[in-house]
Amino acid sequence: MTASGRIAAENRRLLVRLAVAAVVMFGFGFLLVPFYEKICEVTGINNLLKPDTAVNTQIDLTRTVTIQFDGNIHDLPWQFRPLQTQISVHPGELATVAYEVSNTRSEPVTGQAVPSYGPQLAGQYFRKLECFCFARQTLAAGEKRTMPVAFVVDPGLPEDVKVITLSYTFFEIAGRRLAGDGAGGRS
Amino acid sequence: MAAVMSDHAHGDHHGPTGLMRWITTTNHKDIGTMYLVFSFIMFLSGGVMALTIRAELFQPGLQVVQPEFFNQLTTMHGLVMVFGAIMPAFVGFANWQIPLMIGACDMAFARMNNWSFWLLPPAATLLIGSFFVPGGATAAGWTLYAPLSVQMGMGMDMAIFAIHIMGVSSIMGAINIVVTILNMRAPGMTMMKMPLFCWTWLITAYLLIAVMPVLAGAVTMVLTDRHFGTSFFSAAGGGDPVMYQHIFWFFGHPEVYIMILPAFGIISQIIPTFARKPLFGYASMVYATASIAILSFSVWAHHMFTTGMPAVGQLFFMYATMLIAVPTGVKVFNWVATMWRGSMTFETPMLFAVGFIFVFTMGGFTGLICAIAPIDIQVQDTYYVVAHFHYVLVAGSLFALFAGAYYWLPKWTGHMPDERIGKLHFWCSIVFFNITFFPMHFLGLAGMPRRIPDYALQFADFNMLASIGAFGFGLSQLIFLAAVVKCVRGGEKAAARAWEGAEGLEWTVPSPAPHHTFEEAPVVK
Repeated sequence: MTASGRIAAENRRLLVRLAVAAVVMFGFGFLLVPFYEKICEVTGINNLLKPDTAVNTQIDLTRTVTIQFDGNIHDLPWQFRPLQTQISVHPGELATVAYEVSNTRSEPVTGQAVPSYGPQLAGQYFRKLECFCFARQTLAAGEKRTMPVAFVVDPGLPEDVKVITLSYTFFEIAGRRLAGDGAGGRS
Repeated sequence: MAAVMSDHAHGDHHGPTGLMRWITTTNHKDIGTMYLVFSFIMFLSGGVMALTIRAELFQPGLQVVQPEFFNQLTTMHGLVMVFGAIMPAFVGFANWQIPLMIGACDMAFARMNNWSFWLLPPAATLLIGSFFVPGGATAAGWTLYAPLSVQMGMGMDMAIFAIHIMGVSSIMGAINIVVTILNMRAPGMTMMKMPLFCWTWLITAYLLIAVMPVLAGAVTMVLTDRHFGTSFFSAAGGGDPVMYQHIFWFFGHPEVYIMILPAFGIISQIIPTFARKPLFGYASMVYATASIAILSFSVWAHHMFTTGMPAVGQLFFMYATMLIAVPTGVKVFNWVATMWRGSMTFETPMLFAVGFIFVFTMGGFTGLICAIAPIDIQVQDTYYVVAHFHYVLVAGSLFALFAGAYYWLPKWTGHMPDERIGKLHFWCSIVFFNITFFPMHFLGLAGMPRRIPDYALQFADFNMLASIGAFGFGLSQLIFLAAVVKCVRGGEKAAARAWEGAEGLEWTVPSPAPHHTFEEAPVVK
């Protein structure tokens, strides 16, 4: 029948359009990834991998802030520690500290350090001008390395924050080891 | 199912018999029945998990299950209820009712319809089977947040594949519904004459096509992070676990409306029938449904107020969320206005519909409270949130499903449901539901975290009360099973128009609806 044939053709056309829409939305899910990264970049929410710029270099000599350092490793055959556990700085004053890291495995390993701050609020006033956390670090078998962090605490830091803890955690870059042992679902 | 089969035997059905009849069927009524039976089995499975959770929480300390297994239970309870029970149940209603309501002989793509259903049992087997593999089922919460979901054992992979399969099934079902509604309406059935159930399902189907692929993308990213060395969500490789939450909730919030809009449709059919008045504000109901669907894409981050979003973002998502209360309020107002000065009777479907309006609205109000960012930061991940979403999902979606089941059972089986059993089911359900979930508001406000197998002593009394209510609620659902079985087996013969005030094309065909209906399209004036 021509009438039912026409409806069937019409149905198929709509089916194809809706199926294309579904496939496009599947792609859209993946498009959200660069979109999200762009938003974080533009708004500066997530710039872990870029040096900050110190906007105000006026040193506030009237107060002193204690900075404590901490180093952790996550599931990684490295030893990682700060060379000094704490220092005192004036807000606005440039300070440099060093961390020591060594690879205990007999093959090269790549890791990435991710910083965190306590109190969390202090993070936005802590400007790192140089840091090993801006790039992935590859250590040869048994290599030991000393890595600097240069930072300025912004003088805008609220008065009641007297101690800031800077804590780094080194993660192994995913995928390097997974290919080797063949078991992705490690717990 | 045997009873249903014998019931259909007198219809003019041709083709294979026995099990093959169900595997090969392309009839929308058969497929609708299979969807409903499947979702009820999944509802009972998810219910057993919930009762195990409540048994553990009956007293402080660990008595019944280990914490690892408890986490698997909370996760699987959510996944099974959302993807196995509520969503397929609504698709079952759509299969049965939409062709009957718009005067079409069947769904647009009958063969694809068969596929949409038969993808579900393998997916459910994969999901439930993950309990029995080394490491157990996924325990990352039903939201499967990274980084936890990137770390779990193979149960997680099985859950991911199950979600893929169920997603494909949903998308095929949704496409079928859109094409059926847009192209297969009887002559004279204009869009604005369509029953509201068809409207809400049309809009829901568009939502499904838009967001199920996004969920598929999100879990695919988890899968490649787990096995193929990508770093979408792993901070170490330059990814971001918070991004998972954004992608998930971009799906997840429209998903909430996917589970409630068809419920609104069912209620909008039932209230006019038993108030014996046309639905108040039909056009505004259609526009309200569409506005809810459109707004649902701009509120997802209200699930993420504690992730360190900028204040501007929090304010935007807070106001956008509160805006959704406006079209929802229009709907509740219209239902109440439909009942106003109606000649109301309270048969079981109407009891569930009125119960729905009362209890769902309470869930809506707690939703409004959770939408306020400073309050949400306090109650995030507490039992307050658990109480809120069970008020809208159990007392909302599930009660609407019960209402719809009692309402259309005469059309499906040819017999009127037993009013005494139905009323017993309603009163047990609504009383035990409130005993279970109302105390959870207080627990949440007092700070009891969700998804934890143990709790501090001061929470003991309310938890005991909630557990008693939960067992009462769970057992009450066996009354529903009894009501349906009794109705399938026999009972008072139903007329074509089974309910005195019922309007619509589905009530013009005999009860039970013959195997083939509307082969000659009716003309709607």
